[in-house]
Order: sequence, then structure tokens, then C-alpha cells
Amino acid sequence: MIPEIGQFALTLALMTAVVQGILPIWGAARNNAVWMRSATPSAALQCILIAIAFGALMRSFVVSDFTVVNVVENSHSLKPILFKVAGTWGSHEGSLLLWTLILAVFGAAVALLGQNIPTSLKARTLSVQAWISTGFLSFMLFTSNPFDRIFPAPLDGNDLNPLLQDVGLAMHPPLLYIGYVGFSIVFSFAVAALIEGRVDPAWARWVRPWTLAAWVALTGGIALGSWWAYYELGWGGWWFWDPVENVSFMPWLLGTALLHSAVVTEKRGAFKSWTILLAILTFSLSLLGTFIVRSGLLTSVHAFAVDPERGAYILGLLVLSIGGSLTLYAIRAPKMDPGGLFAPISREGGLLINNLLLTLATATVLFGTLYPLFLEAITGDKISVGPPFFNASFIPIMLPLVIVMGVGPFLSWKRADLPGVFDRLKWVIVITLIALLVVWYVQTKGPALAVLAMAIAVWLLLATLREWSLRIKLGQVSVRESLDRLRRVPRSSHGMTLAHAGLAVCIFGFVGSSAWKSEEVLFVEPGTQVEIAGFDVTFEGTERVQGPNYVAAVGVLRVMRNGREVTVLRPERRTYPVAQSQTTEAAIRSTPAGDLYASITEPANEDMGGKWTLRILYEPLVGLVWLGSLMLVLGGLTSLTDRRLRVGSPKRKTPVATALIAGE
Amino acid sequence: MNRFLIFLPLCVAIVIGLAGWWGLNPDRDPNSVPSALIGQPVPIFDLPAIEGIGGLGLSTQDFADASGPTLVNVFASWCVPCRAEHAVLTRMVREDNLALVGINYKDKPAAAAAWLTELGNPYVRIGSDQTGRAGIEWGISGVPETFVVDADGIIVFRYVGPITSDAALATLRNALAQAEGDNS
Repeated sequence: MIPEIGQFALTLALMTAVVQGILPIWGAARNNAVWMRSATPSAALQCILIAIAFGALMRSFVVSDFTVVNVVENSHSLKPILFKVAGTWGSHEGSLLLWTLILAVFGAAVALLGQNIPTSLKARTLSVQAWISTGFLSFMLFTSNPFDRIFPAPLDGNDLNPLLQDVGLAMHPPLLYIGYVGFSIVFSFAVAALIEGRVDPAWARWVRPWTLAAWVALTGGIALGSWWAYYELGWGGWWFWDPVENVSFMPWLLGTALLHSAVVTEKRGAFKSWTILLAILTFSLSLLGTFIVRSGLLTSVHAFAVDPERGAYILGLLVLSIGGSLTLYAIRAPKMDPGGLFAPISREGGLLINNLLLTLATATVLFGTLYPLFLEAITGDKISVGPPFFNASFIPIMLPLVIVMGVGPFLSWKRADLPGVFDRLKWVIVITLIALLVVWYVQTKGPALAVLAMAIAVWLLLATLREWSLRIKLGQVSVRESLDRLRRVPRSSHGMTLAHAGLAVCIFGFVGSSAWKSEEVLFVEPGTQVEIAGFDVTFEGTERVQGPNYVAAVGVLRVMRNGREVTVLRPERRTYPVAQSQTTEAAIRSTPAGDLYASITEPANEDMGGKWTLRILYEPLVGLVWLGSLMLVLGGLTSLTDRRLRVGSPKRKTPVATALIAGE
Repeated sequence: MNRFLIFLPLCVAIVIGLAGWWGLNPDRDPNSVPSALIGQPVPIFDLPAIEGIGGLGLSTQDFADASGPTLVNVFASWCVPCRAEHAVLTRMVREDNLALVGINYKDKPAAAAAWLTELGNPYVRIGSDQTGRAGIEWGISGVPETFVVDADGIIVFRYVGPITSDAALATLRNALAQAEGDNS
């Protein structure tokens, strides 16, 4: 009964979406206020209906209703309750339902919170949002119904893929989707603005909080996914340039560019057509990601069950949405006025470089991701593009960006005084050069690029802190006045400082853990000793442990340093009998200086005489990757609480406030 | 902005869309590993039978005398997925009446014999490849792997991993049917 209610709610939601896709935008064209206002209740209704459907599916998972095919395929009665709930979005159908739920939530949020958006723009935006809903709801109902029944019902389910039975990964899809789908509302705003033919600073101000919210969630989702890969896959890496990772990274890169170009549109009325284009492209890349993950187009370590028919449907949606919006853009964009003029050396100029480099980086990742497909289509050769390509092309684009990032916040709008900026940064430059020499001296192994990247991260961190301290006049006025200034500086400016510093911290982690890690892979039997990065590790054997739906072999590794015991690492190898698969649970000893990381897999063959394969790594500074990511997320959230964005009203122009706002 | 630049994103999107459309072709499997041996004759090798079970060994010559397609399965007693695949292969031999031969890869004869005694022996011939030399000749990347060799001794199909899913079984049956069709 409950699954039927879910199905019914989904069908009603589709009908609501169709109405919402037609009536308000038609009303906007005919200037009919009632039709335009119908967008608000229908967006709310659509959201409620999809939430009912989602609740119905979740209930089926929680009570293990094995008459529902989706539950049979992705759940098991013995599974812990958290993973039963997470099983709701563990499959293709369920995750699609979550996708549309988030889509509808964003639509409803704009409908209910966007009180100050002009009626016609709001009506058009919500109609465009409803078109996307219509596409995905019909996709779900026609090709991937999560409520399909099975009769007779099996006694138990097939279990969720054990790799996915993990807290980090249970939370990863919702966050990632909030990011992916969050950009849909920005896309809808952009298309609505193109239809309306008007883009102004006010438009950019309404769009910015949504961009920021989506960006924060996407950052969190990507970081969580990479953290999961780090401790669950057992390879000790946190980023593999896998197609599925790349497709989540591209919207992030372009979303970051959008975040910055929207500032220019908001403050200076410039970059209008560019901001619109970025808004369209960012969501297009999210859609492309959905298409690649669900169509089996590319080889990847993580993919859903593959079905070409579904792929064809999504491709059709892509053609309509991306093709349609870009065509509209090509027709309308030339009529937009270019907006405020600026000198090459200015805040606008800095953000232009930011945008160009981020777009170039996105194009590089896109090219590397799709190149195997193009090559196979043209020559029939099968290749895979791996980390060497991305490291060689992506990093050289990002390093100049990070250098500019240090200077950018010092530049003033329209025309900046570069010598003055360097005068304020002279000590930062000196310390950076010293840091460069120190790192070079200490670190003899590893590539020269790593030393350079480390120095550039020092530069970014110090320049960011310097800008922040100048803003609150730390050391120039009394501590009390500095604190007072600290309170008065807009939160969006604190957010920027936190996020930029976060990126610097991330880079320390990226470089430390990839350039200077030590790794040993060896066969071990009880008593085997191995020495890594100053630690003496002894393998003492394995113990058997029974879990709720798995059995595990737990390796015991005694770790000594200079003759004193440091810790005992217990990496696990779990076997899930129902799902017939195995997972690795790495054991990690984290310190600020680096992680000691161990994972075991069973003997490769009988000749090895019961020897286990032990992978042990020491990764310097790797914890900073996630600390930095957390700072990026917190920076975004801080900026999101800025009064200007919360209230959405133009800021009062007092001289002090204008001066303070300079950094964004 | 330049008129051409305005259309650039749309053009890029169209190219990607066309490639995507091409990529959706259901016959295309991005995960399949092309084997250099497809279309080539069976490599030269000569393996003795597994000691202690008294069956026949396997060599290149055996493929020359075949009257129809042969299924070559590389297995080992220490390989867990092989155990699952064994039941599928046994059923195929019983139902489809095909010729199944095995290469017992890097296995101790006693362990292999015990394994076959426990699970049954569906193989007509098994070559014992204790050194792994024949495995290199066949270019295997792991165990289990399965090859289809047609009546002329030409390798026509390779499958990496256990044949346990319905999809794997279907592609294998398809390859067998094609190998048969080419000769009739």
C-alpha cells in the first residue's frame, strides 16, 4: 500500500511540474499576475509530493519490505538501521528520487524565501526549474521506477554493495546532490534572465546565495567522497582522477568561477553575459556527470547498473536543456551591454584571470575525461587517461591561479595600485622566499614542482592572513578597536579569508601526501617486520571478528618508534557473505605531521603459504586535505550568513561600509 | 563579444552530445579489455594432466583435432570466484553439451585434485600449469579467465573474471553460437 502511495505521489508531482512549467511563464509573457503567482504554491506542492514519495521509499527500506524490487536488490534484513536508511539512495532509482527531491526543495526554497525577487523573474525561474523536474520525474516513472513490485516476495534481500555500507558514503550522495542540483536553480535564474532579456546587479545578488549554498554542499560532498576513498578502498590515495570523480570536480571548478564572476556582476555590473554562461555551463556539467555515471559511457570504479535505454533518455534531456539554453544564450547574449569598464590591473582584472584559469582547468579536465570516448569513436583504440595527464596539465594551470589569489583581495575595483599592493606584501614575499629555500633544503627527494607548490601555498596563506589583518588594522590600532573592526567587517569577507586560507591548507596536504609519501607493499606472516618513515612495524597475525552482516579478519600490527611502542594498528578485511563481496577497512594513525596507514588483503594464492598482503604507507600532511576542505566549507557558510545575502536587500552605502566591502 | 565565440559553447556541447550518442551503442562495452590474441591461433603450449586424478593433459595439438568450438577455462583451487563459476560451467556442460577444457593455473596438484573431487570435474581435459608459463602464453591477467576457441583453433573470445552473472553467461553463449555458426 505505502509504495503505491509513493508512486501515486510521484505521478501527481509530475503533473504539478507540468502545470508549473507552463502557467507561470505564460503568465509572465501575458503579464497575468495570478498565473505568475501560481508558481509559489505549485513549487511547494511539488516538493511535498516528492517528499511523500521519498518517505514512502525510505519506509520500505526501513521495514525491509521485500515486495519492492529496489529493496530486494539493495537491502538486507540484517543490515544496521543507518544503512537501511542510506539504502534509499544507494541504488540508481533511489538516488534519482533523491535528486528530484533536492531539485524540488530548491524550487520550493526559492518560491518561499525569495520574497523580494520580482514576480516575473520568479515566475520564469520556477517554470524553468519545473521543466527540469518534468524531465527527471518522467525519466524516473518511465524507465527507473523505484516502486516496482516483485511477486512472490523473496525471503531476504541481496544486500547493499558493502563498499557503500559506510557512514562517510551514506552522507556523500546527499551532499553531492545538493551541490549538483543546487546549481539547477542558478541555471533556472540564468535562463529566466535570458528569456526576460535583463541581467542587472540585483539579479546577481539574488543568484549569489544559491550559488554559494550549492558550492558549499558540493565542496563537502567531494571532500567526503575523497575521504571515503582514502580509508575504505585501501590504496592510501584520496583522488584518482577517475571519470566519476572528474564529473563532480568539473561543476566545482566552474561553480567556483561562477561564484567570483557573480561578484563582479553584482558590484560592478560587468561580466554579465559571462556570468550567465557560467551558470548555464556549471549545471550542464552537473547533468553531464549524471549522464556519464548512469549510462556506463566510460569505465569507472564506481558506477550504477548500466542501461543504454536510460542513457538515451538522459541524453535526450541533456540535448533539450543544454542545447536549448546555449542556443538561447547565443541568440540573447550579444544584446547585453558589457557593463562597467576597468583597467587591466584591478579587482575585475584579477577576477577575470581567476575565471579564465578556472575555465581553462575545467576544459582540461573535461578533455581528459572524454578523450578516451572521442578516440574510441574516431579510431576504435581504447585507452585510459590517468593521473599523469591531469597532473601535468591541471597543476600548471592552478599554480598561477593560486599566486594571483594571494594578490586579488588587495586590488581595488576599477583601477588598482599594484606597487602599493606589493609594498604591503613585501614581508609576505620575503617570508615566502625563505620558506621556498627551507623546503628546498630540507626536502631532497621529490619533484621540484612540489617545492614550488609548497612555497606558493605559503604565499597564499600569508597573503590572505595579511589582507585580513590589514582589514581589521591588527597592530596599527588598539586591540579593542581591532576587535570592533573584526565584528563590523562583513561576514562574506571573513568567509573569503577562511576559504582562501583553506585552499592554502589543502595544497599543503595535496603536496605533502603525494610528493613525499613512503609506501611499502609486501607479503607478511606473523613475525614479519617492516620499517617505514622511522616506524618499526611488526605483523603479529590476524584475528577473526564477527560483525552484524560480515566476518572480518583483523590484522594486528604493533608500531614502534625508537624502541617505544606508539600504537597498534588493526586493519580489517571484511567478507560479506550475502553480497558475496569483500571490503578493506584501513587502519590509520593520524597525527598533524602525517598519517601512518595500513591495509591488508588475503593471500593472493596458495603458494604464498598463508601470507597476507600488507600495504603500509606514511603520508605526510594528508590530514590537511580534509582540514582545508572543512575550512572551505566553513568559509562558504560564513559568507552565506552575511546580512546582505540573508536579507537580500541592497546594502546601505555608508563610506565605512563601502571601504570595508572591498574584499569579497 | 565575437559572434563566433558566442556559439562556441553550443558547438562544444553538440560535439560532446554526438560522442555520447555514439557511446550509448549497446554493443559497446567500455570495460572489455581487448586481447591481442583474438583472431590468433592458440599459442604453443603443452601441459601434463594433474597428478592423481588420471585425466588427460592439454596441448596446442588438442585444438587442431576439435570438431566444434572449445571453451577454455583458466582456474585454480585457491581462487574463490572460481568456486562460484564452477557450478555455472558444470551446468553449461550438462545443458549445452559443449567441450570444456581447463588450465589449472599455479596450483598444487593435490589441492587441485581435492577441489575437483569435492565439486566434480566437468572438464574433458585439464592441463596443469604449475609454473604459470602457459598462462603467460595465453596472456591472462588473472584467474578465472575464459576463452572460446573455434574449430580451426582460432581464439575468438576472451572473458576476464568469473562467469556468474546472467549478462556474462549471455555474452559467452553468444560468442559460442557465433563460433559455431562460422564453421557450419
